[in-house]
Amino acid sequence: MASPLEANESMSTTTENITTGKVSGIIANLVIVQVEGPFAQNEICYIVHNGVRLMAEVIKASGGLAYVQVFESTRGLRPGSTVEFTGHMLEVSLGPGLLSRNYDGLLNNLDTMSGVFLKRGEYTDTLDAKKKWDFEPLAKPGDTVIAGDWLGEVDENGIAHRIMVPFKLEGQFTVKSIAEAGQYTTNETIAMLVDKNGEQISVTMTQRWPVKKAVKAYRNKPRPFKLLETGVRIIDTLNPIVEGGTGFIPGPFGSGKTVMQQAISKQAEADIVIMAACGERANEVVELFTEFPELDDPWTGRKLMERTTIIANTSNMPVAAREASVYSAMTIAEYYRSMGHKVLMLADSTSRWAQALREMSNRMEELPGPDAFPMDLPAIVSNFYARAGYVYLNNGKTGSITFIGTVSPAGGNLKEPVTEATKKATRCFYALSQQRADSKRYPAIDPIDSYSKYLEYPELQKTLAEAISPEWTGQVNRLKNIMIRGKEAAEQINILGDDSVSVDYHLTFWKSEIVDAVLLQQDAFDAIDARTPLQRQRYMVDLLLEIIDTPLHFDGFEEVQPFYKTIIDKLRQMNYSPHGSEAFQRYRHELMEMVTERTAVG
Amino acid sequence: METKALQRIYTKIGQITKATCTLKATDVGYEELALVDGRPAQVVKIVGDNVTLQVFSGTEGIRTNAEVVFAGKPPTLKVGDELAGRFFNAYGDPIDGGPKIEGEERDIGGPSVNPVRRKQPSELIATGIAGIDLNNSLVTGQKIPFFADPDQPFNQVMAMVALRAEADKIILGGMGLTNDDYLFFKDIFENAGALHRIISFVNTTEDPPVERLLVPDMALTAAEYFAVDKKEKVLVLLTDMTLYADALSIVSNRMDQIPSKDSMPGSLYSDLARLYEKAVQFADGGSITIIAVTTLSGGDITHAIPDNTGYITEGQLFLRRDTEIGKVIIDPFRSLSRLKQLVIGKKTREDHPQVMNAAIRLYADAANARTKLENGFDLTEYDKRTLDFAKAYSDKLLAIDVNIGTTEMLDTAWTLFAKHFSPAEVAVKKEFVEKYWK
Ligand SMILES: Nc1ncnc2c1ncn2[C@@H]1O[C@H](COP(=O)(O)OP(=O)(O)OP(=O)(O)O)[C@@H](O)[C@H]1O
Ligand SMILES: [Mg+2]
Repeated sequence: MASPLEANESMSTTTENITTGKVSGIIANLVIVQVEGPFAQNEICYIVHNGVRLMAEVIKASGGLAYVQVFESTRGLRPGSTVEFTGHMLEVSLGPGLLSRNYDGLLNNLDTMSGVFLKRGEYTDTLDAKKKWDFEPLAKPGDTVIAGDWLGEVDENGIAHRIMVPFKLEGQFTVKSIAEAGQYTTNETIAMLVDKNGEQISVTMTQRWPVKKAVKAYRNKPRPFKLLETGVRIIDTLNPIVEGGTGFIPGPFGSGKTVMQQAISKQAEADIVIMAACGERANEVVELFTEFPELDDPWTGRKLMERTTIIANTSNMPVAAREASVYSAMTIAEYYRSMGHKVLMLADSTSRWAQALREMSNRMEELPGPDAFPMDLPAIVSNFYARAGYVYLNNGKTGSITFIGTVSPAGGNLKEPVTEATKKATRCFYALSQQRADSKRYPAIDPIDSYSKYLEYPELQKTLAEAISPEWTGQVNRLKNIMIRGKEAAEQINILGDDSVSVDYHLTFWKSEIVDAVLLQQDAFDAIDARTPLQRQRYMVDLLLEIIDTPLHFDGFEEVQPFYKTIIDKLRQMNYSPHGSEAFQRYRHELMEMVTERTAVG
Repeated sequence: METKALQRIYTKIGQITKATCTLKATDVGYEELALVDGRPAQVVKIVGDNVTLQVFSGTEGIRTNAEVVFAGKPPTLKVGDELAGRFFNAYGDPIDGGPKIEGEERDIGGPSVNPVRRKQPSELIATGIAGIDLNNSLVTGQKIPFFADPDQPFNQVMAMVALRAEADKIILGGMGLTNDDYLFFKDIFENAGALHRIISFVNTTEDPPVERLLVPDMALTAAEYFAVDKKEKVLVLLTDMTLYADALSIVSNRMDQIPSKDSMPGSLYSDLARLYEKAVQFADGGSITIIAVTTLSGGDITHAIPDNTGYITEGQLFLRRDTEIGKVIIDPFRSLSRLKQLVIGKKTREDHPQVMNAAIRLYADAANARTKLENGFDLTEYDKRTLDFAKAYSDKLLAIDVNIGTTEMLDTAWTLFAKHFSPAEVAVKKEFVEKYWK
């Protein structure tokens, strides 16, 4: 495909024989093209319809016919229409100015589109070609460089945006010249490189990359080992996600996937956040558009939007572009990771992407796999999640992509192909339960079924011991145990009746209720409760375990529930109060008095 | 729209199935309309010069030499202010004996709104029904269905909500409506003196089922005219979307597509989302709010139709008969309005979110107590109080015959809390307890 020499061209407009074809069939957004000349699988082509160019991607080649999925409505399209092939796969432009943008799945800037309605065939530039950026060189003439190496940097919303040797360039190069510090647009040459044959390559601040290929401009990818704080207690304390880790949130409709992801996107300790709204509601992205420019990043105090890129391919936008949207998002994530940043990528919902694949595969009459999804769905899903990770770059610096996707299982049944495929591809499982959502126990993550495999990593346990306390992993496991034993006790009480079991069963159950109410449940809409910094989580864990470990005396099971309800109420009030505030201390004091009164003597 | 001087007429149909016929034809556009033996049809597939048409009223009796005339354009609706007060069929032709509409002709099922041109919905729709206003507040620009078994009075509740909603226009899209229900809507709108702001597109059980597929697009095209061109607040009622989905599955099965769950087409999610996402709040005040009905079979929300709907809409209102009080209630467990966060405690009193959640938590405790009772166990004193509370809560707040303002709903909830519980049991923020405890 594209040779290294044209790595920087905005599009390969090489005049040599572009392949063309004619439309011969139309089935919804699948179009069959009679092609004259060579073309490639996944090549991009344009169907010319009434003077409008409709973008499409080849998804199957068979005997001179190209089966293409059109990224637009095909209404009115006629057989015989001209099709022009481009010679490249689905590519996006990468460069300064990707942050704070709202894109569609193909990285068309939504804000620069005209009119209220999306017009078919209207494509807008990903980057602002006019804007000048303050460039600082990092490399110097004579340096030997390879793809991904940093040549210079510009300041993008306070984030160091490194200008890199284009990922497409293969082999070693020598820096011949580099631009002086100053203002440049994304299309101006900022460096000249020479390859081993003496051939010169000019580099600008923009490069293009085919989204379906992983960017591999790094030295190696160790196992992740560092906690990524999200401020969500059930994640950080009980099922931690890590820098470079993968996780997914499956759950029936209305169980809280989107609220959970949005909470993470606002609070997580990330340099860059890429959000792909993939086949979900337009009003949900409008919420992001409205809030993110106003809300502060709790880590830097800057506006959240400054570190965020939103890719919106909502459910009413073309289905084929839905599939592209997650790849576009991942490519941007990889781009920023290569600059040494901590990137968090979120996709809501990956099931919609899988459904887009299913719609296409059905139209092509492929042999269906389970639930009519394509046979290779598990491979597609795991390849995609594998693009996340913590990496050491060639210059020894580190970067990471933490990826959390939501899954929308049909009928809320977790034994369905997308959930199963994703479970194999990820290490954190945040299962939202209908029952918990129904009883408004938010976030409705099932405390017993959910897990983080990272907790078992000795390298994470080590960093947790250093960052929080040496006892931490032990305490977390105790909390998990308390939840399991509480569930067993509740079952026994339900089978045998309140008064046929010993008071101990009630105590065991209510201890788990404390953990549930105070640690697991968290109000995403309360200004204070929504985000709990790690140190506050540690404080509450210590406090809860202290209460749980104090032997208490009750004269009968009837006394247990009122006592614990009051305890829970006071602990909740603490959650709603600023950490360490006067109210916070007062509730704590009242709480400890109640506990002392009940403390069993002897 | 290009008009053709010479319409091409074909008279040789190669293949006929129950819903489609296929013939050789050239220069046909995708989704173009046609008449097959005088029956409206639409192009759904073109492979080479084989064109497959979906015949809306079915293909019974169509001969292989029937006349096929292509219209050269996709389905359209003529829009204008004269739409108001009128009743139409699925093709947009009047069925009320009135004159044809003269207006601008627009393609139905038009493009989507650019998400950055939307405004975040924030205008509360008050219905007086506490099961909605207290627990599941609605806002303009929202899309939400009633989930109900066929024997629930969903059309009545929907009409009540529509009339109380203060919309500039109410557009009814009726799919597979029984004649009785059709007349019910006509009567209730007429009696409320609201007919002049109602527009109806109706497919009844007497009409061919596949015709229904046009109804939502007709209704929404009219809605876009009033919301965009006239900046009006438009409320669209779609009933019954389950029958719409059934029509989709009829067509896709006839076209030999591989069905996914519950013999529904694999594209069901996208098909429904395309319609529901027409709900929008524009910056200039115009809005489209969609209230739909999805009938369930035996309360099963895991069936593909309610399941896909739930994943698309911004919540659902679940109707259920509470046998204890003998009234239909809006079930607080299965119901949800996702946009309520945007208004509760902001457009309504500050204690709204906490009161709502506390009441539902206590109602859940009552459900547990009931399970205990059914399993033959003794109830604690607390259990008994939750049951009393649940009954009163259901009667005074959840029942669909409640019609009060939101502040009164909150006060009623506080009264019930005080009557049955201590502040610690209710567990809401202390500042609210101090202020509102009765
Ligand atoms: N942590 C939370 N705190 C309070 N309310 C919550 C929380 N999580 C979810 N909710 C409530 O549940 C509703 C549904 O949540 P959300 O939209 O995230 O569901 P979802 O799983 O994304 O559903 P879908 O699959 O249909 O998109 C929210 O509108 C909110 O009312
Ligand atoms: Mg969601």
